[in-house]
Amino acid sequence: MSRLADMLKDAGVVAFFALLVFAPFIGVQLGSNLRGALTLAPTPMTLAVAVAVVFCARLAVLTLAQHRAAVTLPRMPVRVQDYLAPAMLVLGVVLPFLPFLPNAYIDTATLILIYVMLGWGLNIVVGLAGLLDLGYVAFYAVGAYSFALLATNFDLSFWECLPIAGILAACWGIFLGFPVLRLRGDYLAIVTLAFGEIIRLVITNWVSLTGGPNGILGIPHPTLFGLKFTMSADPGTFAGFFHIDPTPRQHLTFLYYIILALALITNWVTLRLRKQPLGRAWEALREDEIACRSLGINVRNTKLTAFAIGAMFGGFAGSFFATREGFISPDSFVFMESATVLSIVVLGGAGSQLGVVLAAIVMAGVPALMQSLQIYRMLIFGLALVAIMVFKPRGFIAQRRPSVTLGATKRIGAEFISQGRG
Amino acid sequence: MSAVLELHGVSAFYGPVQALREVSLHVNEGEIVTLIGANGAGKSTLMMTIFGQPRARTGEIVYHGENITAVPTFEIARKGIAQSPEGRRIFPRMSVEENLLMGAQVVNYADYAKNLDMVSELFPRLRERFTQRGGTLSGGEQQMLAIARALMSKPRLLLLDEPSLGLAPLVIKQIFGVLRQLNRETGLTVLLVEQNANQALRLAHRGYVLVNGAITLEGTGSELLALPEVRSAYLEGGH
Ligand SMILES: Nc1ncnc2c1ncn2[C@@H]1O[C@H](COP(=O)(O)OP(=O)(O)OP(=O)(O)O)[C@@H](O)[C@H]1O
Ligand SMILES: [Mg+2]
Repeated sequence: MSRLADMLKDAGVVAFFALLVFAPFIGVQLGSNLRGALTLAPTPMTLAVAVAVVFCARLAVLTLAQHRAAVTLPRMPVRVQDYLAPAMLVLGVVLPFLPFLPNAYIDTATLILIYVMLGWGLNIVVGLAGLLDLGYVAFYAVGAYSFALLATNFDLSFWECLPIAGILAACWGIFLGFPVLRLRGDYLAIVTLAFGEIIRLVITNWVSLTGGPNGILGIPHPTLFGLKFTMSADPGTFAGFFHIDPTPRQHLTFLYYIILALALITNWVTLRLRKQPLGRAWEALREDEIACRSLGINVRNTKLTAFAIGAMFGGFAGSFFATREGFISPDSFVFMESATVLSIVVLGGAGSQLGVVLAAIVMAGVPALMQSLQIYRMLIFGLALVAIMVFKPRGFIAQRRPSVTLGATKRIGAEFISQGRG
Repeated sequence: MSAVLELHGVSAFYGPVQALREVSLHVNEGEIVTLIGANGAGKSTLMMTIFGQPRARTGEIVYHGENITAVPTFEIARKGIAQSPEGRRIFPRMSVEENLLMGAQVVNYADYAKNLDMVSELFPRLRERFTQRGGTLSGGEQQMLAIARALMSKPRLLLLDEPSLGLAPLVIKQIFGVLRQLNRETGLTVLLVEQNANQALRLAHRGYVLVNGAITLEGTGSELLALPEVRSAYLEGGH
């Protein structure tokens, strides 16, 4: 009984602080009267609801905590993970064909996938190789501008430019990687941050090449084996070729599948590499550089490949971004983007592929879907971030599974388990 | 007897601080050679200088007749020298198996399987823990892992820096037993740094004493054990 009283007291205290915090924000509404003067109207009902929500939430948390202490739940996250990834993949593939889904959602899903791809790309650098890169947006920008400039100046198509943009971004990855080979941790973070800014400033100021702050207009959209996606049904278009009515949905779906494919390639390459000596060397590098050297690993090349491959995927994502928007300007490549992608990697649990997807949905999807909530958007967003870091301090999926397991291991393991030594 | 490793007048510096003064020593094929000395004498520096970090500023380091003084560290490691550095330096977040795999960077997959069998036979305790993370092993197990990882490349010369650090006497005995066994059965050449001078000199064929970065004494294990200055400085110090 006294436990209940304790809980009520605890929740009451929390609610009181909520009252203090919310009162100035939610408790009064700023308006103007007929003469145009500002007025403050108290809104006690809204305030009461907010405080009540906090009170109930606290009670729920306490009850849950007690429940958990009493009944030790069987550990199940690994089970869930086993099914989550395939389920998300299936959902990802069929998404555009869900008839009830509005076009806007396809567009949002495309945006999320861009961030998934960026997250997976940066995950190679940060999560696997442990090189804290705060300027990842630089490679995103290089990819976008390479494609945009090649396409508008030389009349090349998206598919012709995509590999070139990737290679250029990879070269920049190596080029920027060289000076920071000896840096670690916070020093590395600061220098890469500066690189990101330098690239953006160069793009902004090199007006004759990049159009400066005005950006580049008229970037071509991608084609399907030469078939364009337009709102007409000419023979050269997708709709005309297949004799169907052109809809915006077709173009959105096409874009969606391009980025889905690019992202899946990124994921596939990362998973493959993790099982290979290079990927393992990245992970070992994250743990102990000196040990790596003494085991015969060429630390310089290993780091540079991590930068290059990470940058290449950033470049691909940048090209896709440019072709999707049809217009790019330096405003799209601000530090905030680097920060968002890094948050995705960290929230997801550095090194975890599935975690990146979940984090990208939260970081990119939730703000986009909450357009209607307008002003509360950033508030909810911030709350979500804090909540994640409180409840899952090591990211959604903190586990790191070994990349190798010999068949023999399992056999031996089972023996020892049966002997009670597992 | 041919020398596997020779150091001729090697000096090394950390910035302005000289850590090694004209060190000359050699390790012959099939020998266990131990290096003893007080804290800060430069033993770990010597081991790392052989691997090129810090680089020797003067003198030369010759491995199987080849001058490796200026060869990059990772290439030295690929020439058949393996090192279990001071402080173990295993990869804490990687599994035991992955740690061993990292040790086998320089060998092909068939040899990997063979070497894995060999080290699991030497250290059965590791085999029970293949999927456990390195960082969660006990200190002794981590030391076993560090040695096993170094052995995974099937080295011709093994450099061990304080394998007994922080271990129970029984585990030290076990590890030294493994070294003796490897040396006898496979002819592995070992250069061993030890604080535990008594046991190290008993195990080793020959030994060197390092004082303030310079070699002051050398001899066979039993010769050094019998020397009064060695006894007073390294064997009876604590009593
Ligand atoms: N990275 C470094 N920078 C500067 N000085 C160093 C560095 N590493 C070692 N030293 C110095 O070089 C000297 C030799 O150090 P070293 O680690 O080789 O000693 P050691 O014989 O291995 O000692 P211990 O038995 O305590 O391990 C010491 O005076 C130490 O302070
Ligand atoms: Mg030392």
